[in-house]
Amino acid sequence: MFNGSEIASLFEELGVTHVVTVPDTTIGPWLNDVRNTSVDVIQVCREGEAWSIAMGLHLGGATPIVLIQCTGLFESGDALRNAMYDYRLPLFGLVGYRSYLSQASLPGDTCLRFTEPILDAWQVDWKFVDEPGKLGEIATHFRTCQADQKPGIVLFAEGKA
Amino acid sequence: MSGNGTSNMPLVETLRVIQETRGEEDIVVTTMGTGREWSSFEQHPLDLVYVPSSMGQATSVALGLAIAQPERRVIVCQGDGSLLMNLGSLVTITSRMPQNLVVLLMENRVYEITGRQGTPGTAELRADGQDTDFAELARAAGFPAVLEFDDLAEWRDAAPMVLSSSGPVFAVLKVEPVSGDTAPRSPGPAWERATALRERLAP
Repeated sequence: MFNGSEIASLFEELGVTHVVTVPDTTIGPWLNDVRNTSVDVIQVCREGEAWSIAMGLHLGGATPIVLIQCTGLFESGDALRNAMYDYRLPLFGLVGYRSYLSQASLPGDTCLRFTEPILDAWQVDWKFVDEPGKLGEIATHFRTCQADQKPGIVLFAEGKA
Repeated sequence: MSGNGTSNMPLVETLRVIQETRGEEDIVVTTMGTGREWSSFEQHPLDLVYVPSSMGQATSVALGLAIAQPERRVIVCQGDGSLLMNLGSLVTITSRMPQNLVVLLMENRVYEITGRQGTPGTAELRADGQDTDFAELARAAGFPAVLEFDDLAEWRDAAPMVLSSSGPVFAVLKVEPVSGDTAPRSPGPAWERATALRERLAP
């Protein structure tokens, strides 16, 4: 839906200093473009680390974004809860919605059943981006959350359209 | 200390050495049992008592701090039960090789706060009857400096070197479990402490 160059430019435009990530088939190809910018890519072993490293980066004065697939969101709930709610940190995540664009050709991915209810359960302000023309909505939501000093997530559609 | 062995490293005295040795500009992250004891010390503006926590994540929070604040030393103190919840963090740390990060593992071989049940790393719960060797794990993960201490006097003598070495440093401190099983408490609202630390670290 987006290419690495677009995502890398977006991060630079937003003043993101670090991207903390576990790659998937959509995110992985973006990372080389991001690494060619001033944005520091921190690749972690498992997604719970990502929110906690982002917490440390934020406390240290940086502006991180967590970039993970929705399966990683499922895995990392306790770290998210701790950073966003115990410490009330305005962390921001980009979460890939696995199989959303492939529902017709590859039905049955249970990520489609659980991703949105889980985001609702975490009570985080999240927006859904499902078309290439909506790249700007990521920037808008990021800036709104930063201005309000609250956490936020953009869920972006993955899979072949 | 191994198996049913004993240690002469009481947790409080072991942490007190860190408190007395840390630099004024060093950040110290504690959690769970270490956070409980550290909270009883005189507080320092660059302390992060990571309570409440996401168990196991103290090393990751410390790594983020170390990357964001490369001119400061970041010292993180956590137990072996916590580290076992986030072993991958050792590999993430060495993927970055932050020279300013010191990981101090307080190995007491139990989940102290929940009633001193053994961790899966202890000999008693393992099919091979051997304690997990955390120093070897750290070496295998790529830590360039790995040390072990089971004697308080030796730790006291070595602490200035350990806490000032070029890292990432990983040190195993074989401490005694604390009796009483008291759960840690946040020394004040967590969000206020986080805000204060961030403001203190701002240029």
